[in-house]
Amino acid sequence: MLHYILFFLFAALAVGGAVNLLAQRHPIASALSLIVVMGSLAGEYMLLGAEFVAAVQVIVYAGAIMVLFVFVIMLLNAGEEERSLKGSKVAIAIGVPAMLAGLIMAIWTLTRHNPANTPVGVGAMYGPAIAIADQLFRPFLLAFEITSVLILIAIMGAVVLARKEEQQ
Amino acid sequence: MIPLSFYLVLSAILFACGVAGFLIKRNIITIFMSIELMLNAVNLSFVAFAAHWQVLSGQVFVFFVMVVAAAEAAVGLAIIIAVFRTRETLNVDRVNLLKL
Repeated sequence: MLHYILFFLFAALAVGGAVNLLAQRHPIASALSLIVVMGSLAGEYMLLGAEFVAAVQVIVYAGAIMVLFVFVIMLLNAGEEERSLKGSKVAIAIGVPAMLAGLIMAIWTLTRHNPANTPVGVGAMYGPAIAIADQLFRPFLLAFEITSVLILIAIMGAVVLARKEEQQ
Repeated sequence: MIPLSFYLVLSAILFACGVAGFLIKRNIITIFMSIELMLNAVNLSFVAFAAHWQVLSGQVFVFFVMVVAAAEAAVGLAIIIAVFRTRETLNVDRVNLLKL
């Protein structure tokens, strides 16, 4: 019972934050609602027993990446979003039926008795840091090393792109 | 015990919000945040499946997705700064030419 309460609490927070991200006009408000989404997703990860992923979610996503976003928003002094120069009729014509289809599919998935409706082992504390490390440094070692190259390239790319052009 | 489908539906809702934000928002930073929201939604289904099948690979994949997202955020925001420097705008409707 407690699991359900926690799940729906965090789910409501996440969906509310995501909808607020769409509704807000100011980028800083959108960024703060995205932090709410990421924090509540960390709660969902804890419910699933993924404690390491939950910690990394808070530190890397809600911490580092969002700080970067907020920093850039303030650096560029981003103000209220302008209204779109032209509205799209096609988007409405395709979007509304697609949304209805998605809703029907979601309800169908939730009510129908299928293999996906078997319960998830909640709170089994499956996925401690030691088990993740065992996976990361044995079967996924090559991918892990390649990521370090990716990060290096990203650092150099960010420095080169954001650097001020020298005046000729 | 929460069924797997609850997590998947939550993930789908968040992903749909991300797609909607990507399409309707006009501020390039907000569009970027919508992409992060989509990545997060995918991460949730990765973790849910990992817990469901009791296979840790899903959580390792989440780790890699986060690494790529961090790299993408760093490079993307640098590009946004570079674009802002030459165009003086963050509205994607006004950034429609490769040439100044």
